[in-house]
Amino acid sequence: MAGKVKDEILYDHNHDGIDRRGFLKCMAWAGTGALCVMSGGVLKSYSLSRLPELSAKDAMGELSFVQISDSHMGFNKPANPDVAGTLKAAVDKINGLSAAPEFMLHTGDISHLSKPEEFDTVDQILKGAKPQDVFYVPGEHDVLNDDGKQFLERYGKGTKGGGWYSFDKKGAHFIGLVNVMNLKAGGLGTLGHEQLEWLEDDVKHLKHSTPIVVFAHIPLWSVYPEWGWGTEDSAQALAYMKKFGSVTVLNGHIHQVMQKVEGNVTFHTACSTAFPQPQPGKANSPGPMKVPAEQLKSVLGITDVNYVQRQHALAVVDSTLA
Amino acid sequence: MWRSVSIAVLTATLLFGAGTITTGTKNVLASAQQKPETTEVKIDNFSFGPATLTVPVGTSVTWTNRDDIPHTVVSTDGVFKSKVLDTDEKFSFTFSKAGTYPYFCSIHPKMTGKVIVQ
Repeated sequence: MAGKVKDEILYDHNHDGIDRRGFLKCMAWAGTGALCVMSGGVLKSYSLSRLPELSAKDAMGELSFVQISDSHMGFNKPANPDVAGTLKAAVDKINGLSAAPEFMLHTGDISHLSKPEEFDTVDQILKGAKPQDVFYVPGEHDVLNDDGKQFLERYGKGTKGGGWYSFDKKGAHFIGLVNVMNLKAGGLGTLGHEQLEWLEDDVKHLKHSTPIVVFAHIPLWSVYPEWGWGTEDSAQALAYMKKFGSVTVLNGHIHQVMQKVEGNVTFHTACSTAFPQPQPGKANSPGPMKVPAEQLKSVLGITDVNYVQRQHALAVVDSTLA
Repeated sequence: MWRSVSIAVLTATLLFGAGTITTGTKNVLASAQQKPETTEVKIDNFSFGPATLTVPVGTSVTWTNRDDIPHTVVSTDGVFKSKVLDTDEKFSFTFSKAGTYPYFCSIHPKMTGKVIVQ
């Protein structure tokens, strides 16, 4: 077990302020979010909690966006009886940024039980955020009972197949993938043949220097397969990314921050805005982790991603809601 | 849990005796048709308990989600499929044919179980 945990690299590879203490602090509960800023073709990221240290020059770039994840609207158990409140706290953090991010990514589990009113509540809260464009990918909690029909009606306009899509912003190519549909008994997240074919075609004509940002709900690397924290056919997807100098993969699902760098690819998982989950293998099951109320906001968070070209790295920093 | 185990043992005993005490087995089957046997599977800590359940034909099995995260009960072969079960919600299915019925949680597919109907 110790070996497994060691594999999940937690180091400050971009001098962006994530160290083990920061990780553990996030583990203690703070709505998820990351701010990314691209400047002069170089990507930088800053923790929202470190905003006071951030100069106006640093915060300005060609592009900045925020990642939030795992809002689980409708969850009301002791781990966090007020998931609307913690999502609002995340929005307040985002609105506190000196330069409004251009858009937000939501990496899934918007709702807890796929109920229309849960989606409505999240939509309403996110309307209060300065960035008005939100790009979504579904979590498994968003596609219950109807194979994702409702999710696609609400958030999937113009997407392909089960809801995957790509778009370009200021020279960077963003790819939203769906890995929570048609899960097989005993298996992990799945992208599926049709989506992989689309992906291969989608990136085929891009220049090698194009910065790539891939976002999906379940991690696209094996965080902890024993708990289903991985995607069966992610290796194939990543093989299509080999030619690119800078690939950043953003995921949610595991309600805690983990980072790993593998060659040209930086993997990053975000905190939840709702409730924390235990570290891999540190509990009997991946159920919600209960922490004292006063610690809750320190284990929830948002992720700021600053996108800066030429350094071939997409630095990601999570900040807590505390 | 104790109850499920008891029923499994009882079932095994009945089946073991089936070859020799024919009339006894017939009686059991007849009563099963009139009033289905019921037995329970509990969902706790992201697992089905018992993971393997053996029941006689005609048994109604009820799954209860005792986690504070929703789960589903979905037959791998498409025989039965629950709606999503929130905390303390239940799903029941009556097994009218002998066979092995593997199932899983479609939200957390690492959660698997099977019902053996004899």
